[in-house]
Amino acid sequence: MTTTESNDVSSDDSPAVIPDPNAVSVIINGKQFIARQGDLIIKAAEDAGVYIPRFCYHERMSPVGMCRMCLVEVDTGRGPALMPSCMFPVAPGMVVDTESPVSKAAQEGVIELLLANHPLDCPVCDKGGECPLQDQSFSHGPGESRYVEEKRHYEKPIPISELVFLDRERCILCDRCTRFADEVAGDALIHFTSRGNTTQVITFPDEPFSSYFSGNTVQICPVGALTAKPYRFKARPWDLEEAESTCTSCAVGCRIAVQSSRDELLRYQGVDSDPVNWGWLCDKGRFGFEGIKHDDRLTTPLVRTAQGHEATSWNAASAAAVQLITDAIAAGGASSVAVLGGARGNNEDAFAWARLAHDVIGTPNVSAQFADGLPVGVLGMPRATIDETAAAPTVILLAPDLKEELPVLYLRLRDAAVKHRSRVIEFAPKASGLTRYAWRTVFYEPGTQAEAVRAALATTDIAAQVAMGDVVIVVGRANLAESSAPTVAALHALVAALPNARVLPALRRGNVMGAISVGMRPGKGGLDSRGILNAAADGKIECLILVGADPLADVPDGDLARRAMAGARRIIAVDTFINASSALADVVFPAAAYAEKSGTTTNIEGRVTTLAQKVTVTGTSRPDWMVAGDLALRLGTDLGFRSVDDITASIAATVDGFEDVTPLALAHAPNGVLTSVVVMEPVVTPSIVLAERNSYDFRLVVSRKLYDQAIGTSTSPSLSPLAPGGAVFVHSLDVARVGSAIGASVKVSTPKATIVLPLAADDSVQRGTAWIPFNQSGANPGDLIDAAAIVTDVRIESI
Amino acid sequence: MTSTTYAHAPGFVAGDRPQIVTSRFEYDDSYTLERALATDGYAGLRAALGRSATDVHDEVKTATVLGRGGAGFPAGTKWGLTPQAVWPRYLVVNGDESEPGTYKDRLLMERDPHQLIEGCLIACYAAGLSQCFLYIRGEMALAQERVAAALNEAYAAGYVGSNILGSEFSVDIVLHWGAGAYVVGEETALIESLEGNRGMPRLKPPFFPAAIGLYGKPTIVNNVETLANLPWLMRNGAAAYTAIGSATSPGTRMVAVSGHVKRPGVYEIINGTTTFRDLLYSDEFCGGIRDDNELKAFVPGGGSAPWFLPDQLDIPFEGRVIGAAGSMAGSGAVMVMDHTTDIPMAALTLTRFYAHESCGKCTPCREGGTWLMRILDRVVAGQGTQRDLDQLLEVGATICPGDFPHASSERLGIAAVPFPYKMTTICFVGPSAYTPVHSALTLFRDEFEAKLVRRTFIPVTGIPVTAVAQ
Ligand SMILES: Cc1cc2nc3c(=O)[nH]c(=O)nc-3n(C[C@H](O)[C@H](O)[C@H](O)COP(=O)(O)O)c2cc1C
Ligand code: SF4
Ligand code: SF4
Ligand code: SF4
Ligand code: FES
Repeated sequence: MTTTESNDVSSDDSPAVIPDPNAVSVIINGKQFIARQGDLIIKAAEDAGVYIPRFCYHERMSPVGMCRMCLVEVDTGRGPALMPSCMFPVAPGMVVDTESPVSKAAQEGVIELLLANHPLDCPVCDKGGECPLQDQSFSHGPGESRYVEEKRHYEKPIPISELVFLDRERCILCDRCTRFADEVAGDALIHFTSRGNTTQVITFPDEPFSSYFSGNTVQICPVGALTAKPYRFKARPWDLEEAESTCTSCAVGCRIAVQSSRDELLRYQGVDSDPVNWGWLCDKGRFGFEGIKHDDRLTTPLVRTAQGHEATSWNAASAAAVQLITDAIAAGGASSVAVLGGARGNNEDAFAWARLAHDVIGTPNVSAQFADGLPVGVLGMPRATIDETAAAPTVILLAPDLKEELPVLYLRLRDAAVKHRSRVIEFAPKASGLTRYAWRTVFYEPGTQAEAVRAALATTDIAAQVAMGDVVIVVGRANLAESSAPTVAALHALVAALPNARVLPALRRGNVMGAISVGMRPGKGGLDSRGILNAAADGKIECLILVGADPLADVPDGDLARRAMAGARRIIAVDTFINASSALADVVFPAAAYAEKSGTTTNIEGRVTTLAQKVTVTGTSRPDWMVAGDLALRLGTDLGFRSVDDITASIAATVDGFEDVTPLALAHAPNGVLTSVVVMEPVVTPSIVLAERNSYDFRLVVSRKLYDQAIGTSTSPSLSPLAPGGAVFVHSLDVARVGSAIGASVKVSTPKATIVLPLAADDSVQRGTAWIPFNQSGANPGDLIDAAAIVTDVRIESI
Repeated sequence: MTSTTYAHAPGFVAGDRPQIVTSRFEYDDSYTLERALATDGYAGLRAALGRSATDVHDEVKTATVLGRGGAGFPAGTKWGLTPQAVWPRYLVVNGDESEPGTYKDRLLMERDPHQLIEGCLIACYAAGLSQCFLYIRGEMALAQERVAAALNEAYAAGYVGSNILGSEFSVDIVLHWGAGAYVVGEETALIESLEGNRGMPRLKPPFFPAAIGLYGKPTIVNNVETLANLPWLMRNGAAAYTAIGSATSPGTRMVAVSGHVKRPGVYEIINGTTTFRDLLYSDEFCGGIRDDNELKAFVPGGGSAPWFLPDQLDIPFEGRVIGAAGSMAGSGAVMVMDHTTDIPMAALTLTRFYAHESCGKCTPCREGGTWLMRILDRVVAGQGTQRDLDQLLEVGATICPGDFPHASSERLGIAAVPFPYKMTTICFVGPSAYTPVHSALTLFRDEFEAKLVRRTFIPVTGIPVTAVAQ
């Protein structure tokens, strides 16, 4: 161990204090400080408590030295000279004076110049009150302007995308948004145009700034030049209250600040969590708050009567639900009750529901996945954190398109690839957002990934690469039109060849990792999600409980979902909205939504972070755990949970792997607490026998886009128009084979079903395969999917 | 002494002096391979290839071939700055010549493209560079055409490409046209432009081209004229080269004279010894001020250079001396103003150029340059006040804080402030917008005052920012 070694050395002959080889001694404003080698002056000064004003500098992006606001006098032995402190690293003996008359004059000069053409419409500017230009004008500006010319004029805000508006009069050309788009997001859709005094940020003609990450530019713009539609003119910063929380729109677990005013959610801002999101958010996470205050939110419990759903009291609804559960147990035994869901809530909700299901009702038939996930055993494999993945020399992707499903993980891996820290080897049925950055992409025909993996590992260059050090396998479901078996087989092939490789699960739903870990998984002999759905379809489920689950939208096999919903004798739903599935429930409990309840969540790495309640619940809705607690009590067991903290503590005390996740530890860990990996039942290697694909057929790939018809997106007015809509995509060279024009409606059929969709060409789709995005408007590709089949082959015909 | 002009080389005036880079200009087919070969063309390359690369590099170092692009840095020294054993490494030829008043590189490309190509090859050989990019200003259609044609001929004849002249030495030359931005002449902006990006200068450090240049690789950027010197040097040796000119500025230098002289044009003068008086007044060169008018002022080194007065006429073309006198030798463009010149208008013309050409990156250049131009606009239009004149200097101080270089003047009783200035910007475009304003206002304030509006009582006071923001 390294610690022992260094102890040995110091006890032998070295002095007790080994000088830090990275320490650089500098003098800042007359005081000596020890900075780190390579630190920029602006950063070293900040660490030393000296703030140097800045606009273009951003810690997460490369410096450009554009605004000249950070000019300070630096003496490197040749006399003081003005230097942009965001561009120069510290050097031994450097003397920095941020307050010398020359430094001050330069800073005041830049402020005056920036304000010369600035419209100063602060009273109607969204940034007013949290504006670095305002703040630094006060702190480092000259206090008055000598500019008497007419100011520069541009058309007031122009939309540069569906979400973002640009006010070029306010722009100070700091290059932050453009740098972000190019360097961080990889969507260089905004750039500078024109020159001199008319330089401006703009999109390319007819190409909007339609990046999944556009909202970040609004957050980092140091003025009010960029504004986002969902927040424009909604609040003044000083009226906002804020609580730090975690985004649960997907399972990356980006840290966010939830902001509200007068009990209304108004904005989410990214919080810089070093191990997770580096301050960035995707637009779906950032703007998803709109759905929470949607008018259609459930406000009271509902029970089904002959006339349909009727509002009722919590007391009556709970009594009705308990009756349904006891009737079910009486009719078919405890295992005729099944619980699906939990991945959309927090750890505490899932834990309470797991306790209710397993311990109070006594059913083993519990699942947090919807036949679209991975065997839970994958969670028991040696796991890598996001940081470890983004630092591993080799990252193997056996995963869905991360840009679509886990967007900020995509940013982190893209960064690792473009900065040459990691080489990405991608196995995919279709080109993904990361294909551009992958060192190797191996396209496979759905179902054949295990062979593809074995063949790739046998090539000399890939074999040499994986031998270079750490290997992390990012694993998830790239194709909903195939079962998890081929992916699991490929994972086994990888692990067999690379026994030291670690795994990062690419499961998408916000708290799927937490829900499974705290118990929302099959008990001994219990059914997994597919088993539960099959049992329900076969009439073996007396009572199906949906906890934030909408099988009709979530389960890839649409037919199975419909049959399951029809076959389940009774249905209880806990949900925020009436959706396709909760509409069929006998009892519906209105659930408190995100930001209406506190608790903790677990991300893909197993990192537990806190969730904050920022607004009061909608109507009479309650957090899921309260519903579970109430039902348990009525069923004769007091779970003993009086508050969320009780449950958090109880999880720490009883759930394997969560030992360190105590409320106290969480309170002191802004970046959360990592759970340890608990070995679960081993994953059996599936044997896969694929029927030969008929050459007339296309092998089907169904996968998700970031924006779809999921409830969170469709209830957000800003996001719902961004869903691309349904179509069947084939490679442009395969269009002729279909024999239809692009845009024309075609029949897509399996022996089981036929759906009609417009035909589209897309060269990210591999030849011989067809791709249909999941859960979009138009026909449902789920109708073609058979959960029992390994792959899905479809015939595409013109009408 | 005689001076000749050639119809086929408009703007060029030949004389009896040594001709290092213009020797072929007398032929009207000077741009063809045939003419080049008939007049020692590629003999310099042949000579270089017969020696070791280090040897050739040493010869260039000994000859002290100063960069002719503006900074005057010795080429041989520059070539030695690249880290060894990093491949690939590039030569980038700066043919973006757009400094106001400068039009010598254009002639060298139009009249003798083979000399330039030969120079590129010698540089690549000596400095161990694996590929050459020749960047020609977008507006120079004829130069582009001639260099392209010459390159085709040279490739066909085996002077460029693989195993040049049967040797182990291989190099490719790639042509690239600019899209019309002055700032792209700055070497790091030129590299950005070559990479397909918007031409905006990079920060030095860390982006010193010799270390991190084109595509992040070691890159030597040299001016067209600098490289055009190499064939002659290879044929005649460093001793012959240093025998011409002064010890610190050997060889000849192309100087482009424009403005109020009898015979404006490009002259190949002896470097380091020829004085401005020789250049402007002798019959060998410009032959005096037009209409025998009185000289009022001149710009000694391209539009970016602080102005000189008749007081400075006896200064030679020697960077160090010009610098001490408050200006710079720059790009070798002399712009002459006789006593009829409207000085504020002249300053405005230059400032407008630099304000327009700002790439928009640095706040002081982008905002300050245009601010200067708008105040000057007002002054020239007769709407200025005393406050505006002070304001010009105050705005200038935000671009260039501290003392600004200027010439001495007996008439005004002021001493010279030597070059260089301090600056808050990345490159010299920002300061260049201020330079003409500062020179004109320092040396001819009376001319500005004569244009001021007669109502001196109108106070132009600052508007407190605080009042607006609240
Ligand atoms: C704003 C600006 C414009 C420049 N324009 C040119 C130019 O048009 N041609 C040129 O050769 N050098 C120009 N330079 C100088 C180049 O940056 C560089 O120093 C030169 O090309 C190096 O070649 P040399 O060492 O052979 O002189 C310019 C520099 C600046 C700052
Ligand atoms: S829009 Fe904002 S972030 Fe973008 S360059 Fe302008 S001021 Fe900077
Ligand atoms: S990547 Fe996931 S966790 Fe992060 S902001 Fe987007 S939806 Fe939220
Ligand atoms: S000084 Fe002007 S031209 Fe040069 S980098 Fe700055 S803004 Fe661009
Ligand atoms: S913060 Fe350093 S130049 Fe902008």
